[in-house]
Amino acid sequence: MDVQQTIKEQVTTHDVVLYMKGTPQFPQCGFSGAAIQMLQACGVKNAVTVNVLADPEIREGIKSYSNWPTIPQLYIKGEFVGGADIMRELFQSGELQKMLGKE
Amino acid sequence: MLTSTQIETYIAQGLSCEHIAVMGDDGQHFEAVVVSPEFAGKSMVQQHQMVYKALGDRMRAEIHALSMRTFTPEQWKQAGAKN
Repeated sequence: MDVQQTIKEQVTTHDVVLYMKGTPQFPQCGFSGAAIQMLQACGVKNAVTVNVLADPEIREGIKSYSNWPTIPQLYIKGEFVGGADIMRELFQSGELQKMLGKE
Repeated sequence: MLTSTQIETYIAQGLSCEHIAVMGDDGQHFEAVVVSPEFAGKSMVQQHQMVYKALGDRMRAEIHALSMRTFTPEQWKQAGAKN
């Protein structure tokens, strides 16, 4: 399967998908670490995380998929939400919690 | 080494900015505040994409991390009034 199709399948078959560097237990970058912490603070337990450092094709593919050059990237119900900065703004305004259904 | 002033210039070349401030002095990690009338009516994702587009390939090759906040001139005035 083509990498763009793989990504599409990942983001549409799971409600919450975070593409990150490292794992939730061992994030390899401060921005990815902050992203997973915000999801946890929102009470999200079913987030699927994809470690892009373990898959170079996904790492490059996800950048073209969303036309977004950086990691982390958050998807909710197949829709690209943003990177760490946007997540932080949405989290601080309470919007992220709403989008995740964790108000 | 890439400087914050260079990044300001690159962004301003690709996007009309009313105000721009980039901080960071290690050559790889930067923080930017960008105020542009072109952001009006755009989502936050679209606004950040416009800044990334202005930076082009530099975003992939040279810049490890760019944290940013984007404002329309109107939002910027409101943010200033609050602070």
